Amino acid sequence: MIVGLDMGGTHVDAVLLKDGQIIETVKRTTIREDIFRSIWTTLEALLQDYDSSHIERIHLSTTVSTNAIVENKTEPVGMIIQAGPGVRNDFSPYGTANFYLSGYVDHRGIVVDGLKEEEIKQARQLYQEKGIGSCAIVTKFSTRNPKNELRIAHLLANDFDTITLGHRMSGKLNFPRRVATSYLNSAVSNTFHNFSHHIKNSLQQKGIEAPVFILKADGGTMNRETAEERPVETILSGPAASFMGMSSLLPTTDDAILLDIGGTTTDIFFLSDGVPLFQPLGAKIGEFKTLVRAIHSVSIGLGGDSNITIEDNKVVIGPERAGLPYALGGPRPTPSDAMIFLGLMDVPENGNKEKAKEAMTLLGTELSCSIEDVATLILTTMASTIKNKTDQLLKEINSKPVYTVKELLQGKKIVPKLVNMIGGPSQALAPFIEAVYNLPCYFPPNYGVANAIGAALAKPTMEITLHADTAQGTLTVPELGIYEKISTDYSLAEAKTRAMELLKESAISKGSSAETIESEITEESSFNMVQGFYTTGKNIRVKAQIKPGQLYRLRSNGYES
Amino acid sequence: MKAENTLGLVFFPAFDWAISPTHPEREERLLYTQDQIFEEGIQDIEGIEMFNPILATDQDIQRVHFCVPDVASRLTESHFISSGGAIKAAQIVMNKEVDKSFALVRPPGHHAQRMVYGDRGFCVINIEAVMVERMRQEFGPLRVAIIDSDCHHGDGTEDIYWNDKDTLFISFHQDGRTLYPGTGAIEDFGGPAAYGYNVNIPLPPHTGAEGFLYVLNNVVMPILDDYKPDIIINSAGQDNHYTDPITNMNFTAQGYAKLNQILNPDIAVLEGGYAIEGALPYTNLAIILAMAGLDYTDVREPDYDPEKLKQPRDITEYIKRVSEIVLDKWKNKEDEEVKKFKGVGIVARARQIYYDTDGILDDQTQHFKNCQGCSGFNWIQSRADRGESVLAITLPRDACARCIDEAYQMYKNPPTAYRMIYLQDKVADQYHSRRS
Ligand SMILES: [Zn+2]
Ligand SMILES: [Zn+2]
Repeated sequence: MIVGLDMGGTHVDAVLLKDGQIIETVKRTTIREDIFRSIWTTLEALLQDYDSSHIERIHLSTTVSTNAIVENKTEPVGMIIQAGPGVRNDFSPYGTANFYLSGYVDHRGIVVDGLKEEEIKQARQLYQEKGIGSCAIVTKFSTRNPKNELRIAHLLANDFDTITLGHRMSGKLNFPRRVATSYLNSAVSNTFHNFSHHIKNSLQQKGIEAPVFILKADGGTMNRETAEERPVETILSGPAASFMGMSSLLPTTDDAILLDIGGTTTDIFFLSDGVPLFQPLGAKIGEFKTLVRAIHSVSIGLGGDSNITIEDNKVVIGPERAGLPYALGGPRPTPSDAMIFLGLMDVPENGNKEKAKEAMTLLGTELSCSIEDVATLILTTMASTIKNKTDQLLKEINSKPVYTVKELLQGKKIVPKLVNMIGGPSQALAPFIEAVYNLPCYFPPNYGVANAIGAALAKPTMEITLHADTAQGTLTVPELGIYEKISTDYSLAEAKTRAMELLKESAISKGSSAETIESEITEESSFNMVQGFYTTGKNIRVKAQIKPGQLYRLRSNGYES
Repeated sequence: MKAENTLGLVFFPAFDWAISPTHPEREERLLYTQDQIFEEGIQDIEGIEMFNPILATDQDIQRVHFCVPDVASRLTESHFISSGGAIKAAQIVMNKEVDKSFALVRPPGHHAQRMVYGDRGFCVINIEAVMVERMRQEFGPLRVAIIDSDCHHGDGTEDIYWNDKDTLFISFHQDGRTLYPGTGAIEDFGGPAAYGYNVNIPLPPHTGAEGFLYVLNNVVMPILDDYKPDIIINSAGQDNHYTDPITNMNFTAQGYAKLNQILNPDIAVLEGGYAIEGALPYTNLAIILAMAGLDYTDVREPDYDPEKLKQPRDITEYIKRVSEIVLDKWKNKEDEEVKKFKGVGIVARARQIYYDTDGILDDQTQHFKNCQGCSGFNWIQSRADRGESVLAITLPRDACARCIDEAYQMYKNPPTAYRMIYLQDKVADQYHSRRS
């Protein structure tokens, strides 16, 4: 059995899967002030009638890190930064205190100006005086050569409870984001550790030995131990769970638009040949731009309970929430009222269809047209507002920068073939979405615990970046902390083989079973390095990943809650 | 961080294109520049936006060049893309999507002249000129100033705008007596309809930041103040850098930043620059920051040593004299023009053009009609050592009815026999070619 649990802002959903079928679901209200209790009571309810010794794995999607960041309840962090020459950044919003080191490494990973250990002593003293127990060490181009970060960490190993090293966070080049990501990782570390230990102890007390996996922003999972090292990767796992849930309930291998339409917001995702799109560089949380790999998701203020106003004789929906629909005693007309009035949505408990009609009448008078026309106009407007946004996003996605002649001339463009929807208003809105997009539109009959299903079926994911410079004879894989010597005749083929092996080894050590690992090379290049008119070596770059996706297909007949 | 000027970057390193594996114009050229730009987080700076190139069309190329025998045989996809990248950079500025733009594209173009038999100085087509002529088509008449800060003389751009008063071309470069392509003397000052609008400032080897900025402040800026262009373009070669392997100058990343800050171009287009590890990552970053109005004071090369790069006093003095001569010449251009061209009906210009990359020698004579009613039509008689005889006629944008008539007459009935005949009609934006 697999347990999937998604903790959202209002509800905790949990699901129990056996042989690809859903055998139990639970939905509980979130206790905002006690994340652990929210999760634990939901789990207890889910498992009360089942033999917990049959649980193979537990998948949790939790807002514990996100909340800490958004609510500003993070630990103070002392940053140790080696910025070197270049753009003059202001990192003061990040660390509680920042200490800048002299010296630097260049773009090839060559140490141009060495570390001054005296400065590190000063940093230690500064942070000890301030009583700061967490630190993050980030040097420019540390993904090319992590020596300085490793040396500093070695010198400070006994002085801090938490030390985050920049190069471990991502293989991507982006120093300001590496600083932000490393900062956040240290800043949420204690909070996440507490949560993680709570879960571990509580499971132990119940005699549950199944491994716990935590959902990441990229829609994959990592085991609890890895999550303790990289808690920053758990941010924004909510949209990822929702995305994974939709992908599980409505599988496709086409280009597609995915819409999660709620009361207040609509979340938009895209699939390229059935594969999720990631944010180009990484997740943004609050003001922090990070290198955390994340599903590309955009949220707009448009949902069933959005406020409707008339501006210049036109219907405008959202972005504010009106409160409850008029039919439920709310103050303002909402799209839900239009759906209720048109009979596209069942009249909710405590609802009143006459009130929905009244809401349409209010708007009809203002627009001087019939109430049926108003209701239809509202839903058409809602559908076209979503389409305008997805058109704009697709335009951006399809014009993302490319760097080779081949990509520019033949690069893949996303052309959606269908729209998949989920959420309360889906069924009522589907015909309108189909009409404005002129595409088939699908929604699952039941979606109540979709996010938990998404979490339950998520696979462990991982991405590594290999960089080999045969002129210098060095190879780095920053995510794994690898920095080693290679021979001058090292080839792209060897680099690819090595990347795949490393990925596999690392995935197994982090709780994946060998037979489920599907790895692939996602980027590869090899440049001739020339000095004067002589070839001095090769600059080889390889990216490899565990394919994101579901552990297995949900059995379609299984979902009958 | 927020850019003071919004800046569009058309960054297209063409990682799958090279002239040959070890040629300076190879896949690796902008690799470390990309690493530096990415690591600095340039794409996250508010106000800096990335754009992909569009593709230039055959028509865009034919507006500027006579490709022999035709466009398709002379260009690769990379040329349509690099000139398309420059066009994109111009469009986003002209459409006011951004305040300024920088096209970091390759291959470069400033050695490409009007006649194109092949590749010279790593250039096949002149990407700035293709861009400028497309701008004029899309956005109407424009007074354009092209400032070529590449270490090599921009002989291609000079050739293309030799007789065009609406395009001021200023090139400062390592003296042609000491470096390829050998041209770029002060005396080369433009054709009869644009005398004085082709300004060459040859500089001695070992010129440093002091010298470049002196020329900029004391020659280039005063001329621009007089000329009042609608658009300023920096033909931004970066081979004046002290680490460049094929030149002998001592310019720095800080110098390039200051140059762009003072010149304040609307559009910059990358030209040469082959110190791909030690210079380009820093000079490109410096130019980006300067154009965006951001602090560039912390940008410096790993081996930067201001003491070593200090310009010797005799060079400073020499540069002052050159500057004085050029500025005087600019001020007296009207008088000089009268002396030089009054009463001359047709101005002939015989030249030999060597295509170093492809090893072709072109023997050509250009003829400019000194017309009272317009800039005058002109024609090139050309024969490459491995080719056939060519007649290439150009009608300028302001051509008078008589010139139009004469040019078409010449196209139909050339005075002698040619194998290929071309007519570039800039009035109607048409291009004709025929084999006889
Ligand atoms: Zn050059
Ligand atoms: Zn005329």
